Amino acid sequence: MKKAFPFLLVIVAAMFAYAPVLIVGAPYESEMGLIQKIFYFHVPSWVVMFTSGTVCGVASIRYLMTGRKEADRLAQAAAELTLLFGLIGLMTGPLWARKAWGVWWQWDAKLTSALVMWLIFAAYILLRRFGGPGAEKLAAVVGIFGMANWPFVYWSVNIWRTVHPLTTVVPTLPGSMLGPLLFCIAAFLGLYLLMLVARLHLERRRADLEALFLAVED
Amino acid sequence: MKRFLFVVLAAGLWIGPLSAQQPPPRPTGAQEGFVPVESLPNQEKLTAAPLLMTAYAVAWLAAFGYLWSIWQRLGRVEREIAAITRRVEAGSRR
Repeated sequence: MKKAFPFLLVIVAAMFAYAPVLIVGAPYESEMGLIQKIFYFHVPSWVVMFTSGTVCGVASIRYLMTGRKEADRLAQAAAELTLLFGLIGLMTGPLWARKAWGVWWQWDAKLTSALVMWLIFAAYILLRRFGGPGAEKLAAVVGIFGMANWPFVYWSVNIWRTVHPLTTVVPTLPGSMLGPLLFCIAAFLGLYLLMLVARLHLERRRADLEALFLAVED
Repeated sequence: MKRFLFVVLAAGLWIGPLSAQQPPPRPTGAQEGFVPVESLPNQEKLTAAPLLMTAYAVAWLAAFGYLWSIWQRLGRVEREIAAITRRVEAGSRR
């Protein structure tokens, strides 16, 4: 991965440099107009949040089953990134809603469940930070709950009555709008991968430092 | 005189209903429940551009802020590792 990192960095930087060109060139949505273009960053941030939540949950299951420290480190790195991309989604959404719905926030099923999912991962991070020794296993269980929550967030718009656009919006988009969206999703996933590798490296170096401390004390 | 009174009365009887049948005044926007965006005062109009720019700025700031925080944390850990390694090396030389 060390060799691939600079290559991936260049590709992701190029994708983010080109993304505004595609977004500006995409047609305006007939009812919402300009504000709909938030969608090209808002949807990818949720895609990455769900991906990262899944990585955290799967790594947590692996850690609980095998006790491998590397799985725990991956879960911790993914949980932090879930929080980051969730924050982007939770902040860009209300900016769109203010114009589209006339309000910043609506306590409907989609928005509330998304906030609950974000809070679960915030609980994971707080547990790791202040939980003391042995908090890893408890945090891993929280990570699994976080992962289990995302299908409810995604399909909540189809199950309950909500003001949020349905999941059928993206598959029915015309090619001129779907193309830039998929491009932005790919760019966000590339950025996520880069951040995950960097964050995992930090966690590995922390483990090295801890091992060094223990060796010196002995 | 009787004829004059009759004409005045008849005119009054005609004018009354006629004035009542005049078309009602045009309802204002608020009465219709719909106000075209163009006719709203400027402070009531919400433009999309600042919201859109804020959304993109939030995404960029969050991403760069996070990368900066990883950079800072990694730097701190590397400095601590270097300090301990120097201490261990100095101790082994004695």
